[in-house]
Amino acid sequence: MTYAGHVVNHLRKDIRLEWRSRDSINGMLFFALLVVVVFAFAFDPTAAMSRQIAGGILWVALLFASVIALNQSWTREQRNRVLEAQRMAPSPASALFLGKALANFLFVAIVEAVLAPLFIVFYNLHALGQGWILAAVMPLGTWALVCNGTFFAALGLRTRNRELLLPLILFPISIPALLGMMQATTGILSGEFDPGPWVRLLIAYNIAFTTVCLLLFETVLSAE
Amino acid sequence: MTRSRIYGLVGFVWFLMTIAAIVYATRLALVVAPTEATMGNVQRIFYYHVPTSMLSLLFPYVNFFASLCYLYWRSRDPLKALTADAVAIASAEVTVVYASICLLTGMLWGRAAWGIWWTWDARLTSMLLLWLLYVSYLMLRKLSATGQAHTLAAVLSVFAAIDVPIVYMSIQWWRTQHPAPVFFGGPDTGIDASMKPAFGYNVLGWAMWGIFLLLFRYALERRRQQVEQDAALQAIEASLEIAQ
Repeated sequence: MTYAGHVVNHLRKDIRLEWRSRDSINGMLFFALLVVVVFAFAFDPTAAMSRQIAGGILWVALLFASVIALNQSWTREQRNRVLEAQRMAPSPASALFLGKALANFLFVAIVEAVLAPLFIVFYNLHALGQGWILAAVMPLGTWALVCNGTFFAALGLRTRNRELLLPLILFPISIPALLGMMQATTGILSGEFDPGPWVRLLIAYNIAFTTVCLLLFETVLSAE
Repeated sequence: MTRSRIYGLVGFVWFLMTIAAIVYATRLALVVAPTEATMGNVQRIFYYHVPTSMLSLLFPYVNFFASLCYLYWRSRDPLKALTADAVAIASAEVTVVYASICLLTGMLWGRAAWGIWWTWDARLTSMLLLWLLYVSYLMLRKLSATGQAHTLAAVLSVFAAIDVPIVYMSIQWWRTQHPAPVFFGGPDTGIDASMKPAFGYNVLGWAMWGIFLLLFRYALERRRQQVEQDAALQAIEASLEIAQ
């Protein structure tokens, strides 16, 4: 079987698991919605102000929500010692990682697709900059979160306080990506500055960290 | 004399030299160096702030190279790998200590010179993020099970090393996109020749102190590893006796 075949198999398995339970997507969606509502109470924003803060709030909501789902995604593999089987399987370890990361990307993207309209309604948003760039910023930002998040969730899999550890190591590493996606979104929504450099930053970040994740995943999976 | 005795003696001599250098540097910084024209005596914190900040940018490299060595030797030569791991944790802890001192003295100085404790200036933010990265590294080590902590921490160190240039670049962009902060950190370019000895000796003294801490922590970690190995060996022997 080719490498792509292994990736697709892992992806299909994760999608099927999620389709049968729908735990992650429902949990993420409701959690992100709650964060959006709580922030609306905290700031009570006007239309002009919400353009300034909406980019930040959207990504903070997605960040917290995805951390919940990322912790879940590897716990599934631990049931019935599936992960031990994965470690012994002859397929490359990075294929497992890539399939899992793509599946998580898909789930977070679904949450975004549902959340974005709600967000626009709740915060009276309409972009003053070039709105179409958001179509590039959203996937790039999501991948930046999900790729490293999936990796660190696997890294923390056999540690104490697994749920606590993931944000503690994911957030500091992700700060440049978070800065990039928040600034790009704010730039687009407010039209005050050019989001171009931030989009390029996200692309560079994604290329660098996807490469490292793929190279080091086998080390993490078989860490003893 | 055994080897560990010799190492202990060398370490003790190094410690005495370090103390001497720090005492001399403190005298230069607090007494001999002239009072700065605009800031007055407050500027003397410069002799501690700048050397520690320079050194806190140096020790992460030690950590990164030790981690790379660990990953390389992990399956090839486990005993060498453990040595590299001891260097990695020692340098990470020294990094956090020096970065904390740099941030704290910076805050004190900022409060006295600018009237504020903190500003989200490019350099301050980058240093804070460096501190956060290495604290998260130590957290990971603390929370992981003993057998895996080395590998996981080494992997995280590689991530941190890749992250640092991206952080630096993005923070620069962040600060140039937005209005520049009212106050801009740091002294003007260059210092007066009469201040140079005080500065030089402080760099030397604190570098020696950092190296001393690093080696001391390294020796401690090596002993801890030794105790762990002995315990594991005893457990194996005990299990063999039961089998007979």
